[in-house]
Amino acid sequence: MGEINRRNFLKSMGVAGATVTGIPANKLFAQSKSNLSEDRMGVLVDTTVCIGCRRCEWACKTAHDIPAGNLEDYSDESVFEKMRRPDNDAYTVVNRYENPGNPRSPSNVKVQCMHCDHPACVSACIVGAFEKKENGAVVWDTGKCIGCRYCMVACPFQVPTFDYHKAIQPDIHKCDFCFERTKEGLLPACIEICPVEALTYGRRRNLIELAEKRMKLYPNRYVDKIYGFTEVGGTSWMYLASRDFAELDFPKLGEKPAPGVSESIQHGIFAYFVPPIALYALLGGIMWITKNKDSKRGGNE
Amino acid sequence: MEHALQPEPLKHKYFTPWVTVIFIIALIGLTFLAVRYIFGLGAVTNLNQFFPWGIWIGLDVGAGVALAAGGFTTAALGHIWHRDKYEVLVRPALLTALLGYTFVALSVTTDIGRWYYVWHPLIYWNGNSVLFEVGICVMFYLGVLYIEFLPIVSERFIGRVNLPGILSIFNKLLDKVLRILDRTLNKFMFVFIIAGVVLSCLHQSSVGTLMVIAGEKMHPLWQTPVLPLMFLLSAFAVGFPMVIMESLSASKSFGMKPETEVLTSLSRFVAPFLGIYLAFKIGDMFIRESFVYLTELNLVSIMFAIEILLIAIPLRMFLSPSVRQSTAGLYTASMLVIFGVVCNRFNNFVIAYNPPYTDTAYFPSIGEISVTLGFVAIEILLYRLFVMIFPIISQPVKGAVRRTKYAIKGAL
Repeated sequence: MGEINRRNFLKSMGVAGATVTGIPANKLFAQSKSNLSEDRMGVLVDTTVCIGCRRCEWACKTAHDIPAGNLEDYSDESVFEKMRRPDNDAYTVVNRYENPGNPRSPSNVKVQCMHCDHPACVSACIVGAFEKKENGAVVWDTGKCIGCRYCMVACPFQVPTFDYHKAIQPDIHKCDFCFERTKEGLLPACIEICPVEALTYGRRRNLIELAEKRMKLYPNRYVDKIYGFTEVGGTSWMYLASRDFAELDFPKLGEKPAPGVSESIQHGIFAYFVPPIALYALLGGIMWITKNKDSKRGGNE
Repeated sequence: MEHALQPEPLKHKYFTPWVTVIFIIALIGLTFLAVRYIFGLGAVTNLNQFFPWGIWIGLDVGAGVALAAGGFTTAALGHIWHRDKYEVLVRPALLTALLGYTFVALSVTTDIGRWYYVWHPLIYWNGNSVLFEVGICVMFYLGVLYIEFLPIVSERFIGRVNLPGILSIFNKLLDKVLRILDRTLNKFMFVFIIAGVVLSCLHQSSVGTLMVIAGEKMHPLWQTPVLPLMFLLSAFAVGFPMVIMESLSASKSFGMKPETEVLTSLSRFVAPFLGIYLAFKIGDMFIRESFVYLTELNLVSIMFAIEILLIAIPLRMFLSPSVRQSTAGLYTASMLVIFGVVCNRFNNFVIAYNPPYTDTAYFPSIGEISVTLGFVAIEILLYRLFVMIFPIISQPVKGAVRRTKYAIKGAL
């Protein structure tokens, strides 16, 4: 009796396990519904044009009420000695990569949120504080955020940053594509100030055409790749470069949207609540069937 | 029915030298906790813009949830499969789960930057977020655990309500409320018992899904789409060893005879679960060919190897009848499983996470370690306190009457 019961127990536990984890993942509603507009905006960053003047850094801070200091101080090139990352007080930074072949033409790479078409942060956020806007911007809502930092775990570009030294109301910081400015018809601050048109603001689909045209016109100037065209399902910000993007510290990423696998599993487990309810019913059935078993056996195995 | 087992509050001195040591660990933890709440996370933790999650998520939450799995596995065995023999283990396991999940919730509250918004997921929903699912399930399950614990409270106080001073005028009323509550709950408890198991299965697996979205930032030895299944299997595997370890620890601490017979019997469920878990771990490694990363000798490969050994060794031990029949054997094997699952959660959330743009690795600060140890210490202290106040641990009592078991009421 004991043996049979144990086998039954294990068998039904196995069934329960399979149901619960939804393997094979049921893709009833596979991806998050997105409001991706055909006309969403983007930026093409041409790292071969950027001169590393860092005026965009100053403009960005000014636009976001971050103490920016004097614009003249930004011509100091000593900051290029160290690779920098966006932080709480700088939503964009420019890094310089020396060119061993031609010291006179280094690559200057502006870094900020890529504004993914299928953002991991939007999918991950426990309270839905992130939103992909129709114009392409990925923005964060301070009213909802609980400061769990799951967005930072999820972001494939390691962009969002957090106020670790604030005990009350710490914020998540990242480039918001100047959502408040573009709403009023202004250009994003960095694009407006760029003196050499290294940044081109426009509809994403037009920017792809533009990038392809440039690559065709100057095949020696560019490597044959638009970074951000397909990475993690496409990003609003895209880059052109004269050398391998890996050398410029761009992460090597696949073409699948970052939240894809996670959302498939999640919706597999929950597929219209069928698996949890089925498990509930199964356990209820077992509970009901075994109800009087032990007393019939006199409480002994 | 003479000398049958019946849960009774234990009578014992609260403070012993060891309890004092644990008390001091708890105080140190609370000190660092205060610093965190006054000056922010940065003042206490080694977390930074590259490593947003540390041991407060990896151990306190990741491992904490897994180690509380004794609650739902024992409830399933005792109340759903109705194995009355294990009834004596259900209450201690329930208490562990109750305390475990309470501290998981406290750890989350401590770890999130805006602790006063911890309730936000109740009103702001994001069905795509794995963390949202985990959060909601844990909140509901915590509620279920408290409901499951209520009959123990009413059993302790029905007919014995004795409020101090002026409040004593409410004695009768409170007694009545407890009686009504007890009767009502007894009828509907099956709803909560099943819900507890379902909610546990859901979030135990979803805790595993958490890191899936980190994609390429997770080391391939751990990053796999079957992570949720592995987390669920390891939770099943660690549930009973936790119950065994606690039962033996409590017996030792309170100078009682260990319940070796029932624990030996319970321990036969462990090896199959461990075996399935190990098979999935190894199988996944071969299917994804991630074993190539084991050819190099580094922190990652060593930690993975330790994790595998901590499944394989106790698996062998739980297959051996002589180990299962000895107290020392049971204790050692159970501890190894516990260490193995803790190691897995640590690896999954901390070691495997390898963000771009930084050379330095994360190592928990003294403050983080102190808070983690402090929480464990407070859990032990509360466990000790609760088993001395409430009828949780069963003892042989003359003329004991076994309490009716919970069953699905209604038809029949």
